[in-house]
Formats: sequence, structure tokens, C-alpha cells
Amino acid sequence: MHPAFSVIFLTTLIGVGQGLFLAIFTGQSYSAVELLPTEDSVQFYATGSMLALVFLFAGLIASLFHLGHPERAWRAATKWRTSWLSREVIALPVLMFLIFVYSLMHYFEWDTMLFTSKTGARLQLTLVIGMLGVIATFALFLCTGMIYAAIKFLQEWASPLTVINYLLLGTASGFILATAFSSYTAPGLVKFYGVWATIITLSALITRSAALIRNARIKHKSSIQTAIGVRHNQIQQKSMGFMGGSVNTRDFFHHKTRLFMKSIKWIFILLTFFLPLLFLWFGIEQANSNTLIMAFIIQYLGLIAERWFFFAQANHPQNIYYQTI
Amino acid sequence: MTQLALIIDLNVCVGCHACVTSCKEWNTSGAAGTMCDDNPYGQDPTGTFFNRVQTYEVGQFPYTETVHFPKSCLHCEEPPCVPVCPTGASYKREKDGIVLVDYDKCIGCRYCSWACPYGVREIDEHEKVMKKCTLCVDRIYDESLPEAERKPACVLACPTSARLFGDVHDPQSEVSVTIREEGGYALMPEWGTKPSNHYLPRRKTRMHIHEDELVRADNPLKKEQREHAEPIDATTLDDSTSW
Amino acid sequence: MSIQTAAVSETDSRTEVKNTTCYMCACRCGIRVTLRDGEVRYIQGNPEHPLNKGVICAKGASGIMKQYSPARLTKPLRRKAGADRGDAEFEEISWEETFQIIADRLAHIRETDPKKFALFTGRDQMQALTGLFAKQFGTPNYAAHGGFCSVNMATGMIYTIGGSFWEFGGPDLERAKLFIMIGTAEDHHSNPMKVALSRFKRNGGRFISINPVRTGYSAIADEWVPIKPGTDNALFLAIIHELINQGLYDRDFLVQYTNAAELVNLDEASDDFGMFVRIKEMEVEEGCYDPQNKLWWDRLSDSPVNTLTEKADPFLLGEFSLEDGTPVKPSFQLLKERVEKYTPEWASTITGIPVDTIKRLAYEMGITARDEKIELPIAWTDVWGNEHDTVTGNPVAFHAMRGLAAHSNGFQSIRGLSILMTLLGTIDRPGGFRHKAPFPRPIPPCAKPPKGPQDVQPNTPLNGMPLGWPADPNDLFVDENNEPVRIDKAFSWEYPLSAHGLMHNVITNAHRGDPYSIDTLLIFMSNMAWNSTMNTDEVRKMLNDKNEDGDYKIPFIIVSDAFQSEMTAFADLILPDTTYLERHDVMSMLDRPISEYDGPVDSVRVPVVPPTGECKPFQEVLIELGARLKLPAFVNDKGAKKYRNYPDFITNYEVEPGSGIGFLAGWRGKGGEQFMKGEPNPSQWEMYEKNNCVFHYELPKSYQYMRNWNRGYLKWAQEHRLTRYEEPINIHIYSEVLQKFRLAAQGKRAGKQPPAHLRKRIETHFDPLPFYSETLEGQLTDKHKYPLNALTQRPMAMYHSWDSQNAWLRQIHTYNYLYLHPSLGQKHGFGDGDWIWVESMHGKVRCMCRFSEAVEPGTVWTWNSIGKASGAWGLDKDANESKQGFLLNHLIAEELPAGEDGDHLSNSDPLSGQAGWYDVRVRVYKADETDEKISWPQFDSMPALPGTGIRRKWQAYFAGKFTRGK
Ligand SMILES: Nc1nc2c(c(=O)[nH]1)N[C@H]1C(S)=C(S)[C@@H](COP(=O)(O)OP(=O)(O)OC[C@H]3O[C@@H](n4cnc5c(=O)[nH]c(N)nc54)[C@H](O)[C@@H]3O)O[C@H]1N2
Ligand SMILES: Nc1nc2c(c(=O)[nH]1)N[C@H]1C(S)=C(S)[C@@H](COP(=O)(O)OP(=O)(O)OC[C@H]3O[C@@H](n4cnc5c(=O)[nH]c(N)nc54)[C@H](O)[C@@H]3O)O[C@H]1N2
Ligand code: SF4
Ligand code: SF4
Ligand code: SF4
Ligand code: SF4
Ligand code: SF4
Ligand SMILES: [Mo]
Repeated sequence: MHPAFSVIFLTTLIGVGQGLFLAIFTGQSYSAVELLPTEDSVQFYATGSMLALVFLFAGLIASLFHLGHPERAWRAATKWRTSWLSREVIALPVLMFLIFVYSLMHYFEWDTMLFTSKTGARLQLTLVIGMLGVIATFALFLCTGMIYAAIKFLQEWASPLTVINYLLLGTASGFILATAFSSYTAPGLVKFYGVWATIITLSALITRSAALIRNARIKHKSSIQTAIGVRHNQIQQKSMGFMGGSVNTRDFFHHKTRLFMKSIKWIFILLTFFLPLLFLWFGIEQANSNTLIMAFIIQYLGLIAERWFFFAQANHPQNIYYQTI
Repeated sequence: MTQLALIIDLNVCVGCHACVTSCKEWNTSGAAGTMCDDNPYGQDPTGTFFNRVQTYEVGQFPYTETVHFPKSCLHCEEPPCVPVCPTGASYKREKDGIVLVDYDKCIGCRYCSWACPYGVREIDEHEKVMKKCTLCVDRIYDESLPEAERKPACVLACPTSARLFGDVHDPQSEVSVTIREEGGYALMPEWGTKPSNHYLPRRKTRMHIHEDELVRADNPLKKEQREHAEPIDATTLDDSTSW
Repeated sequence: MSIQTAAVSETDSRTEVKNTTCYMCACRCGIRVTLRDGEVRYIQGNPEHPLNKGVICAKGASGIMKQYSPARLTKPLRRKAGADRGDAEFEEISWEETFQIIADRLAHIRETDPKKFALFTGRDQMQALTGLFAKQFGTPNYAAHGGFCSVNMATGMIYTIGGSFWEFGGPDLERAKLFIMIGTAEDHHSNPMKVALSRFKRNGGRFISINPVRTGYSAIADEWVPIKPGTDNALFLAIIHELINQGLYDRDFLVQYTNAAELVNLDEASDDFGMFVRIKEMEVEEGCYDPQNKLWWDRLSDSPVNTLTEKADPFLLGEFSLEDGTPVKPSFQLLKERVEKYTPEWASTITGIPVDTIKRLAYEMGITARDEKIELPIAWTDVWGNEHDTVTGNPVAFHAMRGLAAHSNGFQSIRGLSILMTLLGTIDRPGGFRHKAPFPRPIPPCAKPPKGPQDVQPNTPLNGMPLGWPADPNDLFVDENNEPVRIDKAFSWEYPLSAHGLMHNVITNAHRGDPYSIDTLLIFMSNMAWNSTMNTDEVRKMLNDKNEDGDYKIPFIIVSDAFQSEMTAFADLILPDTTYLERHDVMSMLDRPISEYDGPVDSVRVPVVPPTGECKPFQEVLIELGARLKLPAFVNDKGAKKYRNYPDFITNYEVEPGSGIGFLAGWRGKGGEQFMKGEPNPSQWEMYEKNNCVFHYELPKSYQYMRNWNRGYLKWAQEHRLTRYEEPINIHIYSEVLQKFRLAAQGKRAGKQPPAHLRKRIETHFDPLPFYSETLEGQLTDKHKYPLNALTQRPMAMYHSWDSQNAWLRQIHTYNYLYLHPSLGQKHGFGDGDWIWVESMHGKVRCMCRFSEAVEPGTVWTWNSIGKASGAWGLDKDANESKQGFLLNHLIAEELPAGEDGDHLSNSDPLSGQAGWYDVRVRVYKADETDEKISWPQFDSMPALPGTGIRRKWQAYFAGKFTRGK
């Protein structure tokens, strides 16, 4: 596929937003069961979730660049019964709304205590809202992932790994950002987030590698034989019917060399997984917020590369029809 | 239920592109138009076409087949492009199975084009909506046209009548009979899209020559022998018998 | 704009529908044009038209983009003072001034030396009018494109069977069982051929294509027989060899309808050596037909008899001697002897076709012809009065075009093919070759070129037609020194039978002043600075070349074109023509009508939109000029303009006053009650318009076949003035016409004599029987250095050079590759898609290559005419056509390398003057990595001419809103 930057930014930015929200909420839930100290409502929870919202919003804006008619974007919510894209279009604003409410409540500290257990565990209204947010987050990850995983003939994408990777990569980036964020706002949580960020990043490394391995081994079901219905082992396209290019040559193929593809692969592996972890732990050890920010930025760049590669690697069967000018 | 479709007979398609430009010509000023062209007079001209004719070579010299291969939306019975559309702009008509895009609803997200394995959807970069073959819905039901012309533009144009149009659900229709009898097949059957458009394969007519056909009683060479041999001087029975 | 609610009704008050005739190519299909708010909404095939029956092609359906192309010329233009030719710097002038300039100039030429005016026209269809203009002007220097197109096809066949493929006849695929297509990519009968071919296949016919390349039609052939270019006659002769040896020929047909049994004088001492023996005592009237004064050797009486003596049955084989001791043989015997050495084994090494395939092809043809006979219950009478209850057909049909024609050995190959078809008995019979009116014609047709310089006189129409059909050396158009009179040297000893002229040599000859210089060259509808010229680069220089005194070697060039072609850059004066949608036109019986097998058909164009800008139909220009020059046909008794305009001319002009023969055959007579001939009918145009713009006369069934010998038909044809004689047109298996030239070359004939340096050439090539010889260029090339044949093919979706301005068609063919077999890449170290050089002994081009398994490995080919000069055709200067596209013509010379035959011989068939486009030999090699990745040669970019349109960055056509903006 031809990687569209609007979509790359959309998925990576909302990934960060979703991950960050999960991190903030995880922080709050840990503190609710008193595994962690409670942080400042405004400075940490409200600001943190607001930051998540900013990412989601940025993603939303990026997505509009992908649309020919953004003014009609609302229509995209109508086909949730069949379309993962439509579902995403619903899940994203729902999540944004929930995070907004969550953030607002923290900001104004409207936090009705619903329940306190004997052990001291508390159930506040924000936790309930947050829980809903978490569900929405997962739903959104599912929708985003499924947009790709649901196209069965895009075999590189049509796998649960696609959803899992979206989930893990987004969450990882959110947790790294949370680590950096907590170094300013709640230094006590830095390690906590760092450990989780590491665990998630490493899990993402595993699942993303699994996807890479899977994709490297894919046997494509479609071939030039099934495409034109002629059985012969030597078939070659001689003309695709036009010479100046078309949607088919622009939208479905990256037009880059193998070497470029390979480099991007190693770059994203390095930038998404290894370098950020290095910076992360360096930053934690040194208690250096800038280094932590760097870890996030590096990983984000890695994710852009990862996403680029994700698109580029997907081999659309339509390309069989568009091989030779 | 009706399912309208095209049958494309690769056995007679000569790759003339009549279907390509007549489609463009009809549709650009029709209900599915416009069909824009970028750099029409410059480098790398490119434009919206609902139908393209490609060329493939099969086999090695001298046993090469050149295959001309026209392709437009196949109006799949299970069109993967439809359910993915978030707006409902892409839809398949109950009435006749035609897969269409409602330009007024389309947000131009291109998702449906990703979801079509055949590469037949065309985003219009200027109107920003998704376009594709409509099976010429604005012709085939237009009662102001003579009945014989209520057919897709490409079908009417095709000089070899390599393009048949009809209801593939009606077992008696010309298209169904042809699919059955001439080995009609679907493209990329592996995805379960059940394309309604079908293709007919190349078929060969051969001639078998029997030895005896070369030696015949009426061989005209027989007439070329001179029948009147000159009398001979040597002795024959004529000279030596006394009966 | 929701499709569901689509209510763009196609027939509301804003729309208007008109029938006319397409001219996106020379096929001339009937089209129906729908306009919306005055703009073309849709062009469809006219279902009621006999030619295309409703279908259309890629070009036809792109007419809209031609009509509104920014490359269109819309103003008369004059080259700016001081600008060089080729610079394309022009200023607008008025039509009045334009006429003044031309009329003054031409009047002077006509008064002094009319041959200094040369009028050459390209792929037009109005040779009847342009030819008339030239004749009336008095210049012999007139021809259309035929010489560089397919005159070999016309002459090779017409000199053999009295009709030919091309626009004059074709294969009857309705009835054929076996169809062999040779060297055809697209041809003029574009749509009808496709319609017929698919029906033929669906009816179970077997289709074999003989072609070095497998594309287009060949793609759907049941069998593809790849052949080495230029070698087809070897194949035909080997097939003839097999057919004769196996007795697979139609003996009755040969006896009755050909000169196969006629006895040839073989007395080497006689001046009539190689001529048919004539019956001395028989008085015959001289005419352009074969009198029946020849002999047969009768099998039954074993003696010589008059041809066609009742109850006689002649020997086809054998040798005999006449009473006076003259040794004679039937010409069929000579043919048999001729093909003796042409065995399948021999042909195999030349053609590259396996021996078994050659034999099988012969057997398939012979057996199908013999065993699958068709008997149609149609009674007819032959010209000798024999009544036949049925019409017989041997259902083997052939079609061939430029793959045979465009070689310098094409005339003889085409004769070989004609004879092969004749042996199978498939001439004007069901399932075989069928004539189209006004064919068949006598062999050769009666029209003759002028005979010498005396026929060209100041202020006088030419004595004779500018073009004709020599039957004899004395018909040549040469002066007392046997030197050419025409600028293109047509009908001279260099190319005696050049019935269509040699347009491809006009510029070179005029530039050299050989045989003389001319003053004004008027080019109509031909791109002589690009694709229709050989040696393009040099020819462009010639067009711009000056004498020492600073004057152009070709002093004045006028170009009539509709688009900003490469040629317009070299004009002194440009006449902007209308498009086919803007004018009246006729496809006349006097030219190349669109006749069907079942009878004559002619057709017209009527304007469906008004002319753009100041465009004026070229016809109107000629009629106006004719009047201003006071050419007799164009002025009345008082010397005033006789015809108001072109439609008026068409209605009222008669070839001879009172003859009743005019340009259009339909609806003649006062009220339109007559056809073919009759008084002018003032409402003729309306009647055509009402009838889909065609007139189609279906002959009675009994006149539709065997027309060379069909009494009914010949009578009808004579009565309707299609022919002068009602005489049989016997097939020339053995060509006496050619033998006459050979005898002249051998010094055995009185009259015009070939110059010494051409004797050998004439003697060799004017062989009365077909023979195989390598192409002239092939003979003169070092084949180790240039081992490959290079060809071009017509792409179905483009017409020559003129469709690159078409925004839709140019997306299909934006540039071109050189197609070649992958083994060449392997050998020379380049890959698929690489830049390579292609070099012939005349020049080289750089282009991209594409590997293909569908080409004979010794052949390379490309699509014709896709490459363009930068800036031409209203394209941006960096358009792909000029940067990636290339023109093969740079590699092809218009003249042969100097040889023993003389210095400046055209690279053409020595009989017909047909341009040998496909003889060129090349080599290929990888372009340097450091070479620029653009095609070579490149030319200075042509600026947009005044009056051409704006090129939009993008556009979306919508009828009714496009030119008015939306
Ligand atoms: N679409 C379209 N139609 C056209 C035209 C056009 O430009 N575009 N041009 C029109 C004109 S002016 C003409 S003259 C006709 C010409 O119509 P065609 O005769 O079909 O013209 P070419 O494209 O020259 O095709 C020549 C064919 O002969 C093959 N060939 C070349 N050399 C040999 C040989 O030695 N032996 C054999 N057996 N085959 C050979 C080539 O591979 C090619 O397939 O087409 C007319 N129709
Ligand atoms: N290498 C190679 N060269 C070839 C051939 C080949 O096979 N190979 N084929 C040859 C053959 S067969 C032919 S017939 C020639 C054809 O060559 P040309 O006769 O030169 O044909 P076109 O290139 O179509 O150019 C005709 C000119 O007519 C102009 N024109 C178009 N419509 C109109 C109109 O309505 N009015 C006027 N006044 N002008 C108009 C066009 O703009 C163009 O400039 O090419 C020959 N050249
Ligand atoms: S061919 Fe593609 S666009 Fe057409 S219905 Fe099938 S999936 Fe949809
Ligand atoms: S581009 Fe239009 S039709 Fe396609 S999925 Fe998006 S909204 Fe639907
Ligand atoms: S059916 Fe109509 S829209 Fe579809 S390819 Fe044919 S002409 Fe084009
Ligand atoms: S119009 Fe017919 S013959 Fe021509 S390319 Fe299309 S399907 Fe093939
Ligand atoms: S074949 Fe020629 S005349 Fe016929 S529709 Fe096509 S371009 Fe027009
Ligand atoms: Mo031609």
C-alpha cells in the first residue's frame, strides 16, 4: 500500500493518546487500591488526561486530511453495523468525550466517592468514568486495528496481530510518554511507568516481530493466474492500459526500493523498541526529564516509520493488475 | 433477484480500448460524471477511467498467447467494498445487484478502494469522491433511449461484442447460458467476493488432416497426363499372334 | 449528484442528435452525435450504418477530445518575417489575405510552368477533389499518401486479380471456414474487421495469423505463425509448391477464369518471347482488357484451340510446340517450374517457419477449399453466356496489408498471395476474397498517366489524370530522354507502376532539384515533417534549407492542417482546417467509397457543430482558389465562381457536363429517383442526411459474386458507368504487363526504353511470375552488423500522429517502447525497461525497451507514431511523447544507398514505388548509464501557435459546461 501520512499520523497520535490515558488511569486505579500514592488531581490526572486528549484531537485532525469531504465526516458514523471505520469514527469521539469528562472532573475535583471497601480501596466516580474510558480505549484500538485486519485479502494485515500491535504499540508509546510526564508532575511514578512502558514495549517487540515473521512467510493467495484466470506458469503483464499513472499505481504501492524498505524496517525496530528503552532507562537513572522526553520522541518517530512500513509492506492484490507500464 | 453483470469474452477481445473511451465519454457527462483528467496535455497524464484494458503475455516464444484483458467493477455478489464504507455511500442495489457510490454521501476516505481486491475504484481527486463503473445505470433504465440502446456504453461500443450484458441470476439469460456453456469464470475466486462479471476463456479451433485427404480420386493432376501416346515401333502382340 | 436519482435525461430539449460519419480514422464508420447545449455529449456508432452497425472504436469514442483540443489551429497564419522554418513563429492574417497570397503565386506558376506547383495530400479521403484541382491546374505533381502507404497492395493485386485488399475488397468472413491474416495490425476496415472476426470465430471458423508479432487481431488467432519480416513470398511460393505438387488447386477455376492454361511463347529468339501466343487471324479491338485471342492446348483433341472454346479442356501442365514450331507452355506449367525450387525446406530457412507448419498450412488451405465447398442457390450467367445454377465458394479467406505491402519486395509477394488465392479458387466467391464497388476493374485499370512533358502546358488542364495504371512501357510518364516528368519520379523507369505516386520522395527531390525545382508545395493533411516521412531528421533540415542566395530551396510551403502538427512548423502559410464534426465531406465513388461486398456504398459528413474560430474547410479553400485561378471546372462561362460552396459543388459538379456522374452516387436525378448516374439533385444532401449519411445500393444476388466474369454485373456496371467495358477480367497468373517491361529492358520492344543503368533492375523485378528476392535494403545491408528487422505497428487506440493532442487517447499511449525478445537483452546486457540505442545504417535513436515473448526473436518493433517532437500537438514541452517516446522513422532512409542501379533511387518497391518502411535493419545495444534518460534525437521545442487553445492543468469534461467554463 502507499503509506498515507494522514493515516500514519492518525493512528500513531491516537495510539499515544490512548496509551497515555491508559497510563494515567492505571496510575489512578493503583492508587485506588493503595498500591500507589494518590497524585494531585489537577496536576497529574487532569493534565495527563488532557494531554491524552490533545493527542487524540491531533489524530482526529490528521484524519480529516485523509478525507475528501471532511465536512461530511459525521456521515461516517452511520454504518457502525458493518464498518470498522464507522465504528472507529464513533469510538474516537466517545473516548474523547469520556477522557474530557474524566479530565474535567479531575480538574474541578468533582469526584464523588461511590464506595470505600474495608481494605481501603475506594471507588470514585472518576474511576467509573475512567473505566468506561478504558473500555472505549480498547474498543478504539480494536476498531483501528480491525480496519486493517478486516481486509482479508490484505494478508499482511489480516491477522489478530494487527490489532494486538496497534494496542501494544499505542500503549507503549503512551506509557513512555507517561513516564516522561510523571517526571515533571509525579516523580514518584516514574519508575512505575518506566517498568510498565518497558514491559509493554518488549511485548510489542515480540508481537510486532511475530507479525514481521508472519508477513515474511506469507504465501499470497492471489496470483497473476487467479487474477486473470489463465493457468500457465509464465504470465507477464505487458501493459496496464495507461502510461501516466493512476489511482491504482499511486494509492496501492509505495514505489520505493527493496533497500529502502529494508532500511525502514531496521530503523523502526531500532527507533520503536531499542533506542527508546535505552533512553528511558538512562533518563530514569539520571532522573533526566529531557532524556525521557527524548525516549518518547524517538519512539514516536519509530512508530511513524513502523506505520509507514506497516502500510508499505501490505501487498494489495490489486497490484497484480498494475505491474508494467 | 436480479444480478446484472458483464461477461467479457477473452476469446474475441482484441484489446482495442473502445470500451475504455466510450465508457469515459458516456460517463463524464452523465450521472456518474465528471471524470477528470490531470495533466491532460502535460507530463504523465492521468485521469479517471472506470474501465481499463490490459495486456498479458502467456507462455514462451513461439507458444505465446497475447491476452487482452478488460476490467471494470465486477459488481460482486459479496462486495467487500460495501460493508466497509463508513457512510453507506457505497451500496449494492437490491433491485439489480449493481454496486454504486452515492457521491453526496461519500466522504472520500478511500477505504472502499482498499477493500476491493480488483483495483477498480477510482477516487476523483477533484470532486473528492469515490467513483467507479455504474454498469451505466443511467442508460440501462433510461426509457427515453431506444430499447436496444439500454445497455452499457462499453457493451454497445465493443466491436467484437466481447462484452455481454445481462442478468446472471436468470438461468435462461444469454449471459448465464454463456457462462455455463463457454466456461465462464470469476476473477480471484479465492476471496469469496463472488464477482458477478465473468470472463470467458480462449477457445481454439483446430483442423485435423487425414492422410487420405491428400490423395484423392479427383486429384486434378490426373488430368495433366497426355492420354494420346504415340504408336510404338517395337514388336507387340499385335504383330505376332494369329488368332 | 446521486446516481439513484439520476435524471440526466438524454433526450430533453437541451439535447440534439445528428448522424454523420466518423473521421477519427479512415474507416469511416457511421456515428450518431448527441449534443447538449451545443457541446458534444456523446458520440456513438450509428446502429443503422452498414459499415459499423452501431459499434465504435477507442478513437471514435474520443472525438470529443479532438473537437475541443487546445492543439487546434483556428486562424490562418503566416510565418513571421525573419523567422526560420521550423521555428514555428507565426502571425495571424485574414483569409482574404491568405487567398490573395496563394492565388497570386499560383496564378503566376500556372501561367509559366504549372508543374512548379505540387499538391500532396495525406490520409485524406478527398482525392477526387484534390486530384481534380491538380488536373485543372495543370500540374502533374499531385498524389495522395498511397505511395508511402500500401500501393503495393493496390498494384500487386489489381494487376493480378483486378481488385485488392485495402479499401477495395476483403475477406468474406461471413462464409469462410479458414481465415489467414497476413501482416495486418489494424487496417482501414477497423470496426468491420473486428465485427466480422469475432463472428467468424464464434461460428467456429479457424483463424491463422502470419505475423512476426502477436498483438491485436493476432492475439485471438487460433494459431500464430511468426515469420521473419520481408519473407512472406518465400512462404507463399512454398505453399504454392505444395498445392501444385499435391494437386490441391481448383483446376476448373484456373481454366475458366485465369490465364493459367494460356500458352506462352517460349521462343527465346522471338521478340514476343514470354508473351501469350495470339491468334493472328482474330481481329481485336484495342482496349484496357484482355481480348480472347489466346490459345489453349486442348486435352481432348491434343491440339491448340482458342481459349474458352466450348467443350475444350486445356492442359495446365506440359510443353507443346505449335505448328510453326514455336515452343509453348501453359503459363501454369511455367508457374510449376518456377516454384520447383521453392520447397518448404527452402522456405523454412528463409521464413523461420518449420517445414511441417508450411506443409500443414498448404494442406489446411487446399483441403478446406476443396472439401468444404459452399454452393449458394444463386443462378448467374457468365460473360460467355454460360448459365450457372449456383455460386460456388471455396471457403478459405485471406487478408493482408502493410506487413506485405511495406516492403520493397512487396509487389511480388502480393502477387504471390494473389496467385495462391487464385489457385484455391477464392476470388469473388463466397467465403473467399470479395470485391467492393467500383472494383473489379480491368487489369490494369484504364486510367493512364500523362505520357510526356507535352501533356503539361501553361494555363491548361493536365492532359490525362495525374495518376493512372501503366499497362505498357509506352504508358510511362517520361520525357524524350526517358527521364521522369513528375517531381516524385512516379511512372518513370525507376518505379513504372507507381499508381499512387511517391509522396515520400517529394521533399528530397524538390530539395535537390532532381528532376527539377518546384516553387510551391501544398501539403494537405499530412505530417511530412514527422511521421509520414522517412529520414525525418534530414527531411526537416531540407525543409529549412536555403540556396546560396538565401532563398529556400523549396521556396513556398503551404500546409492545411487542423492541429499544431510538426509539419505546421515548417509552413510559410497555414490554413486552419475544420474538424470532421464541423464540415461537409463526401466519401465518393470517384475515390475510395465504403462499398460493401453486396454493392456500392458511398457516404457523407455533415456538420454537427459550427467551425471553431476561423477554421475553414479545405474543400472550400480549393473551390475558392479554383475560382480565383479561373480553373475551368470551377468557373462558369463568364469566368465567375461557379459553385457557392462545397456542398453546392458536390450537388452540381459532373465529371463531364451532362454525364450524370458526380461525386455522390445516391439520390441523383431531379427528385433523387436515380443512382450512380443522373442529373444533379438539389436536395441530394438532405436525402443523404435523412438516410444516415449513406447511400447503399444492394446488387441483385446474382450480380454479387464472380463479378470479374458475371455478365449481369458487368452489364450493370457498364450501364451505371462504373466501367467502360463489359469484358471478362481474367486473372493474371502470368503477367504479360510485367513481361512487356522486361522485354523493353532486354531491348526487345520498340517504344520507350529504360535508361541503361535501370535495365538490369527492370529485367529482374518485372518478372511475369512471382519470385522471391530479399528486400532491396536487406540486400544492401551488412546483416552481421545489423542483424535485426525493425517494424512499426498501428496501435488500435491511436491514429498516426494525429491523436496525441487527444487527452483521453494519449493516456493509453503516452510514449512507446521498443519491443524485443528477451534473448536480445541477454545477449547485449540490458534488461526489461532499460534505455537502449537502436541503430540502422542510416541513423540511430535512443529509447526504452520492453521484453516480449510475442515477437519473432530477429525482429524488434514499436507502436507507430507515438513519439512526438517537443511542443507539437499542443503538448507541454516535457510531455512524455517527446521525452520518452521515439520515432522509428529516423532510422529509415527515403533513398537507398547508392548502388549500381544509380544514385538516388527511392527506398521503395522497384515496381510500384511503395515505400519500404519495414525493410530497415538495425542493431540494439545498451545506452550508457551516463546517457540522459530521454529519447534521442530531441528537437527544439515548438512554441504554441497563435490561435491555439489554453492547456488546462486539469480538466473534467462535462458537455454543456466545458468550453463555457463551469
Ligand atoms: N488505429 C489505427 N488504425 C489505422 C491506422 C492508424 O494509424 N491507427 N492507420 C491506417 C492506415 S493509413 C493504414 S495504411 C492501415 C494499415 O494497417 P496495417 O496494415 O494493419 O498496418 P501496420 O500497423 O503497418 O501493420 C502491419 C503488420 O504487419 C506486420 N508485419 C510487418 N512486416 C511483416 C512481414 O514481412 N510479414 C508479415 N507477415 N507481417 C509483417 C506487423 O507486425 C504488423 O502487425 O491502418 C489504418 N488503420
Ligand atoms: N515508421 C512508420 N512510418 C509510417 C508508417 C509506418 O507504418 N511506419 N505508416 C505510413 C502510412 S501507411 C501512412 S498513411 C502515413 C500517415 O501519415 P500522415 O498522412 O502524415 O498522417 P498523420 O500523422 O495522421 O497526419 C496527418 C495530418 O493531418 C492532420 N489532420 C487531422 N485531421 C485533419 C483535418 O480534418 N483536416 C486537415 N487539413 N488536417 C487534419 C493532422 O493534424 C496531421 O498533421 O504514415 C506513414 N508513416
Ligand atoms: S469489484 Fe471491487 S468495487 Fe466492484 S463490487 Fe467487487 S469489490 Fe466492490
Ligand atoms: S470513499 Fe466514499 S464510498 Fe468509499 S468508503 Fe469512503 S465514504 Fe464510502
Ligand atoms: S458498464 Fe458503463 S460504467 Fe461500467 S465499464 Fe461499461 S461503460 Fe463504463
Ligand atoms: S471494446 Fe471489446 S474488443 Fe475492444 S478492448 Fe473492449 S472488450 Fe476488448
Ligand atoms: S474505426 Fe475509425 S471511423 Fe470507425 S469509429 Fe473508429 S475512428 Fe471512427
Ligand atoms: Mo496508410
